[in-house]
Amino acid sequence: MKHAKDKFTLLEKFKEDNVIVAKFDDLINWSRAGSPWYFQFGLACCAIEMMAAAGPRHDLDRFGAIPRATPRQSDVMIVAGTVTLKMASRVKRLYEQMSDPKYVISMGSCANSGGPYWQHGYHVLKGVDLVVPVDVYVPGCPPRPEALIQGVLELQKKIKTETPLRKKKINNE
Amino acid sequence: MNDNIVSDKFKEKCTLLDNGSIMIDFNDWESISQFVYDSGFDYLMCITSYDLESDDTLGLAYNFYSTSEKKYLEIRIEFNNKEEIFSIANIWRTADWHEREAYDLMGILFKGRPDLKRILLPDDWEGHPLRKDWEEPEYYNGMPVPKDKSYWE
Repeated sequence: MKHAKDKFTLLEKFKEDNVIVAKFDDLINWSRAGSPWYFQFGLACCAIEMMAAAGPRHDLDRFGAIPRATPRQSDVMIVAGTVTLKMASRVKRLYEQMSDPKYVISMGSCANSGGPYWQHGYHVLKGVDLVVPVDVYVPGCPPRPEALIQGVLELQKKIKTETPLRKKKINNE
Repeated sequence: MNDNIVSDKFKEKCTLLDNGSIMIDFNDWESISQFVYDSGFDYLMCITSYDLESDDTLGLAYNFYSTSEKKYLEIRIEFNNKEEIFSIANIWRTADWHEREAYDLMGILFKGRPDLKRILLPDDWEGHPLRKDWEEPEYYNGMPVPKDKSYWE
């Protein structure tokens, strides 16, 4: 039996003797990163690109990301579109209805910073990060489906660096 | 456009504008609107509201179309922003939401119609944002409204 120090990946261990030896942190991260089910709601034209990313041509499903129609079952909230001040309180409530662990992808210029409404948009929230914490920003107006997919992949990378069973690392810069 | 039936019937009450539309006094709007409908203008295409900025004057432009005679008609009224305007929502059902939008964004008051409330903005919004004298608040429900430009200015 090989020791954990030998630094086999999970799959190689699995092939070797049907036994997985890994840190529990890594197992949790592996399962979380492998299924970033996203909350299926769109606010503006970015939602069309999100639908295209979920469709068969770009197939977001192959990364384990499938749309869920309720915040109770979703892990990732993709804020796809212009967040108006009227919608901002709804976005916040939906975020609070999601169960931990929860992540937010801010998709497109509007959700990032207000986009074309940054100066005269009296009704637009200048960035969804003023309301909910954002993990990944995807630039573009709207972003191509490839860009959104890269955003999901970046989120998966970020999830894999977490330590869910221990205290969070404090970033001393 | 200049030979339209409204200016023929209400000659002394109408002013013809350069673009072929008719300017009338808003007190005559109640009688003229019913006449416009009876003349066959069955389709209300749009209601546009505008702010002239001088003397607190607001304006409304009504665009009509007759589906039977294939004719267009534009009627305008201008008035002080405190005035209540006769509502045509009971004549053209389309006007209901158009008038609510004009009230929501421009603050134009209509009389003789039910349920004049905001249509786009949230109910607790203060002011009418398309008015020229409207000033953007710093915060709405705790959320900052103007863009934070301290990063580059």
